[in-house]
Amino acid sequence: MTALSTVRLQREPFDAAAEAAKFTRGRSDIGALVTFNGICRGDEAGEPIAALTLEHYPGMAEAEIERHVAEALARWPLMGVTVIHRYGRIVPGEDIVLVVTASSHRAAAFAAAEFLMDYLKTRAPFWKQVEKAGEKTWVEAKATDDAAAGRWSGRQAAE
Amino acid sequence: MTIKLRYFAWVRERVGKPEEDIEVPAGVGTVAELMTWLASRGEEYAHAFANPQVIRAAIDRSHVKPQTPIKGAGEIAFFPPMTGG
Repeated sequence: MTALSTVRLQREPFDAAAEAAKFTRGRSDIGALVTFNGICRGDEAGEPIAALTLEHYPGMAEAEIERHVAEALARWPLMGVTVIHRYGRIVPGEDIVLVVTASSHRAAAFAAAEFLMDYLKTRAPFWKQVEKAGEKTWVEAKATDDAAAGRWSGRQAAE
Repeated sequence: MTIKLRYFAWVRERVGKPEEDIEVPAGVGTVAELMTWLASRGEEYAHAFANPQVIRAAIDRSHVKPQTPIKGAGEIAFFPPMTGG
């Protein structure tokens, strides 16, 4: 089984529904399609924000995401994976990241999407800066994100 | 040994530049030693590398640990813990 995989970094918005539909068009062997959208929230620590700006390490960000997509393909029986991550200035309500996983059954699709998101949070070289009341501050990494990524080490792949 | 250094997020802001080519003196053998040496290069570097334990590093676009040797590296990047996704 050859799985289709796409990794893209871009400044522009993406169309999540169109990206997901690419997997199922003209075929009927995919029984589970998980689409995760990470969206810019309008508040941070109870205060309204104007925007997020995402900085990334060009070259390494793509390579790091590709490595984790390859690992997901090796761990779960997937028919397709798409990861799109935006960079630059993003305002509340806009999408930041998209993960789509396709499989015959839901367990693999859910698990792979969660695995990819957990690793994107902690290993992909992106940094968020938040604009709040005219001030810009760097978002601090969360210990809960490290814990979420850590749970995939040594765990068996879902059936 | 000349190495390209790249800085991201607040490490870049504190150092005051996104990248530079530097001549690493003999005796600087690991990523941790490189951070210690960089911290001695001036006020902005001292500020950027004041807490090396919170700074992450990559050699030639792969994550590495502080004890990793830098011999043969083409590009070394320093940055805070990542907050993407």
